[in-house]
Amino acid sequence: MTYVRPTFRHPDLPKNKIDFTKKDYEGALSTLCAGCGHDSISGAIIQACFELAIEPHRIAKLSGIGCSSKTPAYFLGNSHGFNSVHGRMPSVATGAYLANRDLVYFGVSGDGDSASIGMGQFVHAIRRNLNMVYLVMNNGCYGLTKGQDSATADNGSKSKAGSTNMFNAIDLVGLGLELGATFVARSFSGDKAQLIPLIKAAIKHPGFALIDVISPCVTFNNNVGSTKSYDYVREHIDATSTVDFVPIMEEITANYEDSKEITLHDGSALQLQKLHQGWNPEDRLSAMTALQNAKEKGEILTGLVYIEPNTNALHDVLQTTKTPLNTLKEDLLCPGIDALEALNESLR
Amino acid sequence: MTKVNDFVVRFANVNGTGSASANSMFAKAIFRMGVPVTPKNIFPSNIQGLPTWYEVRVNEKGYLGRREGIDLMVSVNPQSMLKDVQSVRSGGYFMYDNTKPLHKEYIREDITYLGIPLMGICMEQYTDPRQRQLFKNIIYVGALSALLDIEFAVLEQLLAEQFKGKEKLVAPNVQALQLGVKYVQENFTFPLEIRVERRDLVGKRIMFDGNGACGLGAVFAGATVAAWYPITPSTSVVEKFEKYAKKFRTDKETGEKNFAIVQAEDELAAIGMVIGANWNGARSFTATSGPGVSLMNEFLGLGYFAEIPAVLIDVQRTGPSTGMPTRTQQSDITLAAYASHGDTKHVLLFPSNPKDCFELTADAFDLAERLQTPIIVLTDLDLGMNDHMSEPFEWDESRKYDRGKVYTAEDLENMGRFGRYLDSDGDGIPYRTYPGTHPTKGSYFTRGTSRDEYAVYTEDSAVYVRNMQRLEKKWDTAKDIVPKPHFYQQKNMSPLGVIFFGTSTYSSEEAIDLLREQDVVLDAMQLKAFPFNKDVEQFIEDHEVVFVIEQNRDAQMRSLLINELEINPKKLIRVLNYDGMPITADKIVKEISKNLVTN
Repeated sequence: MTYVRPTFRHPDLPKNKIDFTKKDYEGALSTLCAGCGHDSISGAIIQACFELAIEPHRIAKLSGIGCSSKTPAYFLGNSHGFNSVHGRMPSVATGAYLANRDLVYFGVSGDGDSASIGMGQFVHAIRRNLNMVYLVMNNGCYGLTKGQDSATADNGSKSKAGSTNMFNAIDLVGLGLELGATFVARSFSGDKAQLIPLIKAAIKHPGFALIDVISPCVTFNNNVGSTKSYDYVREHIDATSTVDFVPIMEEITANYEDSKEITLHDGSALQLQKLHQGWNPEDRLSAMTALQNAKEKGEILTGLVYIEPNTNALHDVLQTTKTPLNTLKEDLLCPGIDALEALNESLR
Repeated sequence: MTKVNDFVVRFANVNGTGSASANSMFAKAIFRMGVPVTPKNIFPSNIQGLPTWYEVRVNEKGYLGRREGIDLMVSVNPQSMLKDVQSVRSGGYFMYDNTKPLHKEYIREDITYLGIPLMGICMEQYTDPRQRQLFKNIIYVGALSALLDIEFAVLEQLLAEQFKGKEKLVAPNVQALQLGVKYVQENFTFPLEIRVERRDLVGKRIMFDGNGACGLGAVFAGATVAAWYPITPSTSVVEKFEKYAKKFRTDKETGEKNFAIVQAEDELAAIGMVIGANWNGARSFTATSGPGVSLMNEFLGLGYFAEIPAVLIDVQRTGPSTGMPTRTQQSDITLAAYASHGDTKHVLLFPSNPKDCFELTADAFDLAERLQTPIIVLTDLDLGMNDHMSEPFEWDESRKYDRGKVYTAEDLENMGRFGRYLDSDGDGIPYRTYPGTHPTKGSYFTRGTSRDEYAVYTEDSAVYVRNMQRLEKKWDTAKDIVPKPHFYQQKNMSPLGVIFFGTSTYSSEEAIDLLREQDVVLDAMQLKAFPFNKDVEQFIEDHEVVFVIEQNRDAQMRSLLINELEINPKKLIRVLNYDGMPITADKIVKEISKNLVTN
């Protein structure tokens, strides 16, 4: 199948604050199946970056292997991308982030990539609090190899072929909370109104921001009996609150009784309304309780789950220079001949 | 037979008892007296309680390889005593603790026993058990100094240096030395026939370990990101990198560091971080040993195919599998040369002494960025974890880092479409860009999948083949820029040649001299790098028979030569040692002589 993207764009396409149009944030045409949830997420990423007015080349996008990990080709075409090896995106992101602390790192992974082959790297990236967005396109199955169950498939969920998954699911959100992730959210590819502000807040968050996005696989896991189908998710979804991202310097308008405003690191804010009872997004314990309660009721809890707005990311912990390491030259890096001579002398 | 400045002393200790610093003081004292010395740790994969040995070869001819046959055994470990008695050469000496009498099964007629009541003296002098243990080591060093004629003032000076800042520890240590000296003076005829005489044979040379030299080389080469996973025998590479980076690269006012070190969750992650950092324009490296390289195969393949620089220091140990983690070998050659699935090959460098470790590690960063591919520095446990006498480190003050072909924002501004994998210069090496360089030009998608010249995914056979051929062209380019082999002769003198590399060099050099005394002349070539260039090929072509000396069972370097240069296998004769101990000149002489007879 040949894909041809229409080249026509309206001459008056709206521009963002730094004079880029949305087209500047798009990528190549997707080769995923028509209706794939992942494409909606790519769209949300494009929209979020456009609205945040980030220079596209100041973002680095990274991924592992799988359907999800192909998507960085389909958004942010003006950004460098790195489609690495299966389950190893977190280590590549770690190295990239160490080399240059000034870029935005946007990692995309899948449930196989993160919850199975890449579990080791996933949990350690959280521990280290990399300043990055880690978005999981979670469809509960291995799409590229034709629909095998993944480790996030719920116990009892039915596959397209009719078999029932017999193993317990790994909940990446619960895991992230347990491991000390400083921004944890869950969303649904079919809910852009929630996903876009979450992505924006995740980008602004100065530490590790995990967003687990349920993203149904239309080809292999959208059947009756699957707990990751569009219908099932829509019927069982519950939200911690509504989420609005309020850019820096903009006034917050509405203010209801069951609402909460969280000021982010750079001065922008998240406005949350219709808060879940007993849930406080800045309290890890209440987040864990809300998550467990939802699970108990068979509901899929979405929205922001936990945030620690001011946090020390890896570079802060390591006390690295504020200048990106990849820009340092000989004068600061090489100790020079006198130092070497002194060292020689000490070894005699 | 008087053996001045030519003998081997072995210390048999229990690991974790503080013997290491006393033993290295012994070796350093001889070095300070201007006599070449080679110390080697022979230690268990254990922290406390098991036998460990420290062997010091003293040789005024400057041969630094290991030598079989122990002239003096310092036995401080009852666990290994029987084996230790048996390992002394006939006519040698056996120093032991005679606080309790020696059992008769330990008595040999052909060696001299030097009994010193080490425990007795300690019990009498010290009350603290830890002191008793630590000073026991110093007492035997004192006794040895009298027996072997080591200058007491040199030992005093070394103690003063060791306890700089903790001066009050100097006097009790000097006193412990004196206890040993005194016992010898009162009980033995001394010095022994084997002994040390001051010489001026060391010059400006230094004593340092290969791992430390690799770490230091990485600091000088401008490495800013180190990622690693602890594994014997490579751990001290990154530890030394950290030590020197902290010293030389920390802002004195703010405490901010011009480097970052991450201890990864495993070797897969360590090399992944290195690949990520290099992709993003920082010089980055990792250090590991064979088991780690096995795990790193996946990323090494990505680095080769996606063309990302990386520096990997492999401190080889005895394999296969977990093998003998604290013994040496040169057995990762095949693994490293062809790491990962598909058609991959990697540039290898072979340091043979600490100065080489420093220089080749620094060169590795230049080569990695010039060639945009992983560079593997193959050292080994013997080189990495032992102190070696080495020429001092040198650095050219005007040296600039070769960052390779990288387009800047300005370059991109003034050019047409950027093609990440275009062979613009005809040498197979394309141009790259760092992320974040230019708002609309120069971005590309890095991937381990097949792609065209513009980094766009393709399954087109012709495009795939074109790319693989360019990678091969790049490999040919590498042949001319990797370090050339070292030849020991201006002109060939013999139909017989010998090839060696890495830590086999010391003993090979000695063996060549020994064979020459038997009128066997060998032309010699020391390999410094893979891929092999024309010089290597020519050397083999110019000789009828070439011995390949290496420390593994399967003659891996020989196979690599045969495979890459299409050499007739019959021409290359294997000379191998793979018992985990450094190869000796005797072994090489025996193997070569055996072949000369049969040929």
